[in-house]
Amino acid sequence: MPVKQLTVFLENKAGRLAEVARILKKQNINLQGFSTTEARDYGILRMLVSDVEKSRESLREAGFTTHVADVICVKVVDKPGELSNILDTLSAERINIDYVYVIAGTRIVLSVSDIKKAEDILLKNNIQLCN
Amino acid sequence: MDDKYWDEECETMPRGKLEQLQLRRLKKTLINVYENVKFYKEKLDESGVDPYNFKSLDEIEKIPFTTKDDLRVNYPFGLFAKPMNKVIRIHSSSGTTGNPVVDGYTKNDIAVWGSIVARQLYSVGVRESDIIQNSYGYGLFTGGLGLHYGGELLGSTVIPVSGGNTERQLKIMSDYSSTVICCTPSYSLYIAEVGRELGVDFSKLPLKLGVLGAEPWTDEMRREIEERLKIDAVDIYGLSEVMGPGVSLECLYKSGLHIAEDHFLAEIVDPKTGKKLPPGKHGEIVLTSLTKEAMPLLRYRTKDLSALNINTCKCGRTHARMAKPMGRADDMLIIRGVNVFPSQIEEVLMKIKDIEPHYLIVVERKNYLDNIEVWVEVSEDIFSEKMNGLENFESSIEHKLYSAIGIRMNVKLKEPKTIKRSIGKAKRVIDKRKGETL
Repeated sequence: MPVKQLTVFLENKAGRLAEVARILKKQNINLQGFSTTEARDYGILRMLVSDVEKSRESLREAGFTTHVADVICVKVVDKPGELSNILDTLSAERINIDYVYVIAGTRIVLSVSDIKKAEDILLKNNIQLCN
Repeated sequence: MDDKYWDEECETMPRGKLEQLQLRRLKKTLINVYENVKFYKEKLDESGVDPYNFKSLDEIEKIPFTTKDDLRVNYPFGLFAKPMNKVIRIHSSSGTTGNPVVDGYTKNDIAVWGSIVARQLYSVGVRESDIIQNSYGYGLFTGGLGLHYGGELLGSTVIPVSGGNTERQLKIMSDYSSTVICCTPSYSLYIAEVGRELGVDFSKLPLKLGVLGAEPWTDEMRREIEERLKIDAVDIYGLSEVMGPGVSLECLYKSGLHIAEDHFLAEIVDPKTGKKLPPGKHGEIVLTSLTKEAMPLLRYRTKDLSALNINTCKCGRTHARMAKPMGRADDMLIIRGVNVFPSQIEEVLMKIKDIEPHYLIVVERKNYLDNIEVWVEVSEDIFSEKMNGLENFESSIEHKLYSAIGIRMNVKLKEPKTIKRSIGKAKRVIDKRKGETL
């Protein structure tokens, strides 16, 4: 089953990421993991949080632009070669990965071209998905 | 359907007859300033114009222009044609760039102003039963009191709420069932934005008309405002030097602003040479008072750019229409030698789907080269978790600006509300070359 990822638009200036963290802290929301990508003057923050709707609402209230998208979260066994196995499984089926990042608990978050297909293939190959 | 006109005879007067009326009134005005204003006596004498022997409207070209500098030099009351005991009101500009520009009004001037505005409001369907929320600033600025007196004379209910306190504006709009709002176009958008945040459904409010002015705005911006507030939006034009709002107003055909030609003589001139241009040609609007008593101005250079259309309008009115002003000559930016009006940028931006109607133009000189940035806010309508979505959005705007205007501009994506909202005239340009700061 896909998980919901929350994305936030951030201008590239001091204190913006800190502001997001502060808002989540205030709402007692747990941040399971995140990644940032930066362009010339702005960046985007992608994250998995314990409560997507509550996080989104508080961030919107504070004036942030947000987006929620489906991604896949995969449990990776902490030993050599595991990431390679997962990626090979997907590429063998020509599934393209838009981005990937690591989150707490040796899990990775994947955005792929075809979520349903990717999930089926991963499950068929005994790779554990997380909710 | 009730009467279409407030004053049918005047509003549909054949142009020949209208010009005779203008000539009569111009002559009277010339005599008034010749006898009472030293500045004008000297100017008329120098140019060989004899007010007592003024025979044709064409002769107006002999009269020298009056400029804003003339008003500043004669600050505060040097151009008054009436003694102070006949002057019952004074308005003035804020004077941020020097001496303020002052205008005075006799009792009759105030009455005439009210009747012009009443007639115009009537022309866009405002009636006694309407409730006008007047969100123009009250005070020295002419917007508030100008619309106020016109609305009252018409017999509508006027709510003098003035600008600002947007949540209260929305409460009044809903609780008092306002049908008409008067404010700047940028403030109407801000009201729409705050309303959306508070969950106001504008399609359920009785509001039907916006009389918006005091800053230039494009047809694209009009569509955005009409869509967001679910109203018809018409452009009202005026300037405190010659009266205030009401010099011209669009009718509901929205194809030019009808000038109150029984009170103002309008010309279009080439801004560089000062040569008078024929109808249809774009240039600077020059206005001459025809009925003003306290401070009539002759051939005042407004610096506003427009064109005149003297054909009878579909609404039946014969008074000339001026094209929606595209900005002031002063607003023109010269970027790497190319002339750019902020309104051209606005036109491009507002044609782009899902773009927020708030923007800022920042100009600076980097390494001896003019650099222009266009700030745009990122709304959830265009935002996704994909980086290339934003990059494509950014570059597609840059491309559209380049193909429409011909110079490269850098689009900067900003977080919501980064661009300052305005309750009065919006500041759309920060020109750091002139020492302006963010």
